[in-house]
Amino acid sequence: MQWETVIGLEVHVQLATKTKIFSGASTAFGAAPNTQACAIDLAMPGTLPVPNGEAFRFAVMFGLAIDAEIGTRSMFERKNYFYPDLPKGYQTTQLEAPIVGAGHVEIQLADGSSKSIRIHHAHLEEDAGKSLHEDFHGMSGIDLNRAGTPLIEIVSEPDMRNAEEAVAFARKLHSIVTSLGICDGDMSQGSMRFDVNISVRPKGQEEFGTRTETKNLNSFKFMEDAIKLEVERQIDLIEDGGKVIQETRLYNGDTRTARSMRSKEEANDYRYFPCPDLLPVIIDEDYIEAIRQDLPELPDARQHRFAKEYGLSEYDAGLIAADAATAHFFEECAKACGDAKLSANWIMGDLAAKLNAAELTIQQSPVSGALLAGLIARIKDNTISNKIAKQVFEAMFNGEGDADAIIEAKGLKQMSDTGELEKIIDEVIAANPAMVEDWLSSEEDKRKKKMGGFMGPIMKATKGQANPGMANQLLEKKLREKL
Amino acid sequence: MHKLTIAELIQGLRNKDFSSVELTRHYLDRINRLDASYNSYVTVTEEIALQQAAAADARLAAGDAPALCGVPIAHKDIFCTEGVRTSCGSKMLDNFVPPYNATIVENYLRDGAVMLGKVNMDEFAMGSSNETSYYGPVKNPWDTNCVPGGSSGGSAAAVAAHLAPGATASDTGGSIRQPASLCGLTGIKPTYGRVSRWGMIAFASSLDQAGVLTRTAEDAAIMLNSMTSFDDKDSTCVDEPLSDYTASLNEPLKGLRIGMPEQYFGEGLNPETSDRVHAAIAEFEKLGATVKSISLPHSALSVPAYYVIAPAECSANLSRFDGVRYGHRCDNPKDLEDLYKRSRGEGFGEEVKRRILVGTYALSAGYYDAYYRKAQQVRRLIKQDFVDAFAEVDVVMGPTATSPAFAFGSKGDDPVAMYLEDIYTIATNLAGLPGLSIPCGLVDNKPVGLQIIGNYFSEAKLLNVAHQFQQVTDFHQLTAPGIE
Amino acid sequence: MDRSDIAKLAHLARIEISDATVDDVARSITDVLKLVDQLQSADTQGIAPMAHPLDAVQRLRADQVTEADVREAYQAIAPATEDGLYLVPKVID
Repeated sequence: MQWETVIGLEVHVQLATKTKIFSGASTAFGAAPNTQACAIDLAMPGTLPVPNGEAFRFAVMFGLAIDAEIGTRSMFERKNYFYPDLPKGYQTTQLEAPIVGAGHVEIQLADGSSKSIRIHHAHLEEDAGKSLHEDFHGMSGIDLNRAGTPLIEIVSEPDMRNAEEAVAFARKLHSIVTSLGICDGDMSQGSMRFDVNISVRPKGQEEFGTRTETKNLNSFKFMEDAIKLEVERQIDLIEDGGKVIQETRLYNGDTRTARSMRSKEEANDYRYFPCPDLLPVIIDEDYIEAIRQDLPELPDARQHRFAKEYGLSEYDAGLIAADAATAHFFEECAKACGDAKLSANWIMGDLAAKLNAAELTIQQSPVSGALLAGLIARIKDNTISNKIAKQVFEAMFNGEGDADAIIEAKGLKQMSDTGELEKIIDEVIAANPAMVEDWLSSEEDKRKKKMGGFMGPIMKATKGQANPGMANQLLEKKLREKL
Repeated sequence: MHKLTIAELIQGLRNKDFSSVELTRHYLDRINRLDASYNSYVTVTEEIALQQAAAADARLAAGDAPALCGVPIAHKDIFCTEGVRTSCGSKMLDNFVPPYNATIVENYLRDGAVMLGKVNMDEFAMGSSNETSYYGPVKNPWDTNCVPGGSSGGSAAAVAAHLAPGATASDTGGSIRQPASLCGLTGIKPTYGRVSRWGMIAFASSLDQAGVLTRTAEDAAIMLNSMTSFDDKDSTCVDEPLSDYTASLNEPLKGLRIGMPEQYFGEGLNPETSDRVHAAIAEFEKLGATVKSISLPHSALSVPAYYVIAPAECSANLSRFDGVRYGHRCDNPKDLEDLYKRSRGEGFGEEVKRRILVGTYALSAGYYDAYYRKAQQVRRLIKQDFVDAFAEVDVVMGPTATSPAFAFGSKGDDPVAMYLEDIYTIATNLAGLPGLSIPCGLVDNKPVGLQIIGNYFSEAKLLNVAHQFQQVTDFHQLTAPGIE
Repeated sequence: MDRSDIAKLAHLARIEISDATVDDVARSITDVLKLVDQLQSADTQGIAPMAHPLDAVQRLRADQVTEADVREAYQAIAPATEDGLYLVPKVID
C-alpha cells in the first residue's frame, strides 16, 4: 500500500514586546523566578487585564506579511482549564474573531519547486508559566515569569505532505517573524514552539485519516525527526491491523522517542466564552495602512533582491535572505569588501560552522560583517591565501583583532618577494632530485599536475605564506630551465 | 454625632464642632458595643482608622481638607485593602491580606475618608440575604430576626444601625438596592463602567458595579463623587466626563416624565409594598412630574438570563482560587487534583459551589448555545426594552423588592425562591443602567424601597430625583427601633 | 441532573462534592436549570448576543514596563513557596 502523509502545524510565536500582553510586567528572559510576575500575572483577586497595543501591531504585521485579512474587530475569549502554570484557571485567547484571518506562505523545496501553504488564521493569546520538575520534597515549583507573555498562534491548513515540507514551512515562518522583528526567533528559549498534527491515508483517498498531535517541538531537527517517527508509527500500526487513536503525543529529543500524554486524554471541555473583562478591539484601515507602509523587507523580496543586486544564485540568495540578521550581516560585509559571492561563501561556510559549534547566533558573532569584509579584502588583494585566511578568521573569532592586525602580528603576509621565494624554490628543487627527474621525464600534459608535488614542501618552507600563483609560476620557469 | 448625615459631618468637621479623631472614636465605640447584635463588620480597623483620623485632623487644621476629609466610612469586604484582610465573605480568603488597594479605596484615601473597617457580605457577593457569608449572617437593624438583604447586607446594616455614616457596596443583580430597600437606606448602583472595578473581587465581570449605601441621597451624591474616576487599569471603565453629583440635587422636578413598568406591579408583589410605591410616585406628581404606564416586555426573562450569565462568568472568575498562590489550601494534598478539589471544596460555601457548577454546565460543550448564547441574546432584548422606554420617559420607577425584609431561613433551601428576590433589580445590571433605591415607607414596621432607574450615565438625575423626594418626605429619617 | 452529571461538572470545576451532599446538589441545580429553561420561550432569531452592556471599544496600553518585582510581598501570602517558586504537588504531563 502506498501511504500519503498529511501534516498541519500550530505554531506558537512569542512576540518581542517589552511587556506582557495584559500587564506592564517585563518579558525579559532569564530573570529570577516570579520576579517578573505582577499582580495581574499572578491572577490576584480584583486584578484586571489591559491589552498591550504593541502585541496587536506585531500581529497585524504578521497578518500583512502572509497576505491575510486583518480582523478589524477582534475579541478575546477565555479558555477554561486548571493547571498550575495557568494562574487564572483560564487562558485568555481568541477564538471567534481572531486578529489575523486566512493567509498563505510560500515554501521552497530542495528540488527547486515551490508550494503554497494556507494559513487558517493566527490569533493573539497569553503564554503560560513554567512548571519546574526538579524535586522540591516531592513537589513541583511554579515560575510565572513567562505567564502572560504575548503569543501569536499560527494555525496552518493540513497542506503539508512530508517532513521536508513541514520543516520548510516552519523555517519560513521563522524567517518571516524574525525579518519582521516581531520575535527573536530563539528556539532554544522557546520563542517558537511547534505542535504538529499528523495523519496518514492510502494514496488517492480523499478522506483524512485519524490524526495525532505531537506537542511543543522546539527545533527544526526535532520536528523532522518527530514527524518521521510518527508517520512510521502510524503506518506500522495500520498495516498491523491496528487503528490510530486521536491523542496528544510528547516527543523526547534525547531518546528520539515519543509517547502518548495520557493525562491530557480525558475529554477536555474548555468552555470558551467571550472574556467579560475585555472589549472588542477595533482596528481601522488607516492603522493597517500605516503598518503596511512601515513593513520591513520580507524574506522572499530580499531573496530576489540579493539575486539581482549581488548576482547570487537564487539558492544562495534564499539561504542568506531567510534570516534577517544573516541578511543584514551579509549586506554589511558584501558592501564593504565588494565581493558578494565570497561574502556569501564565508558566511554560509566558516562563519556558520564556527557559530554553530559555539552555539551563538549571528547577532552574537564575535566577527562582525565589517571584520569579515576586512579579511575578504586581504584575500582579494593576494595579501593572504585562502588557507591563511582560515587561520586569520580563527584568530578574529577568538577576538584577536581585525584581519590586518592579525596578519601583521602573526607575520602571515603572503611571500610575494620574488627573490626570497626563488631562493626557497631553488632549495626545494635541489632537495628533491627524484621528483625533478620524474617531472623532466614526464609527458607534457602530465607535467602541470606533477608540479603539485613541489607545492607542499614550498608551502612548508614558507610557513604557508607563499603566494601560490607566484610560486607556481616560478617553479615552472625553474623546471623548464632544466629541460 | 452618629445621627448626623455625611453632609452634616463634613460641615461639623470644618467648623471644628468635633475632630475626626473624636468622631472616629465615637463610631469605633459604637461598633464595639453594638455590632454583636448585627454582625455587620468582619474586620474593624481601629488602628488604621485612628491614624487616618489624626492625619485628617491635621489637614483640616491646615486648611487643606479634601472632600471627605475626616469622614469615617466602611468598605464592603469585596474591595481589596492593602495590608487589611479582604475576605469577600469566604473561607477561601479568610487569610487573604492583599498587598494593594482597589481603585475606589485609593479614591477615598485621596479624599481623606477614614476607614472604620470591612463589612460583611454574602460569600463572593452571591446571595440576597447575607446568609451565605462565612462570617455568619448579618441581622437587619429593623428586626434582627430578619435578613438585611444582600449581598451588601453588612454595608446596609452598618449604616442603618448608625455604625457608619456611609458604606461602599457593590451590585451585580441588586446587591446595593435590595439591602437599601430592606434596611431603609439610599443606595445607588451607577452605570456599568462608571466606577472602576480594579481591586473589587470579581463575581460576574459584565454585571458587577460598585456603588454606595447612605442614609440620604445627598450623602450618596457626596460619596459617589469620591468613588467615581476614570481608571485605565479597568478596560471596561468608561472615559466619560465626571460629574459633581451634588451640583444638580436641587433642580426642580417639574416636567419629569416617570414610567411605571406594568411588569413591576404584577403577581408576586406584596400589596402593601405596592401601595407605598404608588404613594411615593404620587408624591412625585405633586412635584410636577408626569407618570405613565410603560412596558418592559422581557422583564420576566431577566432572572433566567441572569442565572446563566452570572454563574457562567463566575465559574471562570473563581477558577483563580486554586490554593496555589494565596487563599485557602487544603492540608496534605496527595496530588494536584486533590489540591484543587479539596481546597475549592473546603474554601467555597454551598451557594458559591452551586453557581460555579451551574455556570460550568451552561458553558459546557453542547449546552453553550442553548444557555449562554441564548441568555446573551435575551440580554440584548432586555436592554432594548429600556432603550425604548427611555425614548418616552426620563426615569423608570417601581418597587425595589417584592416585600419588606423576610425572616432568616424563610426561603428554606430553595435557591430559586431566593433568586426571585432580585426580580426587579436584575434587569438594570443586564442592561448596564444606573439604579437607585430610596425608602418610601414601612410595611409591618419594616422599610420598603422605591426603585428609580435612569438612562445611561444619568446618576446626577437619579440623585436629584431622590433628593427632591427626600426634601418633601421623611421616610429616610426613620431610624430602626432600638438604635441609640 | 443525576449523580454522574454532577460528578462530571464537579470535576471540570475542580470542586469536591461529598457523597453525602451530591443528591441535594443535583436537586438544587435541577431547580435552577428549570428556572433558566424559561429562556427557551424567547424568540431570539436574528438577535446578536450581547456580552457587554455598553457598546464600548477596547483601549490598548503602551508597551512600557510599569510593574516592579513584587515577589516578596506576594509570596508572603502564599501557602507554599521555596526558592521563589510556588510549590504544588508534582506536575505530571
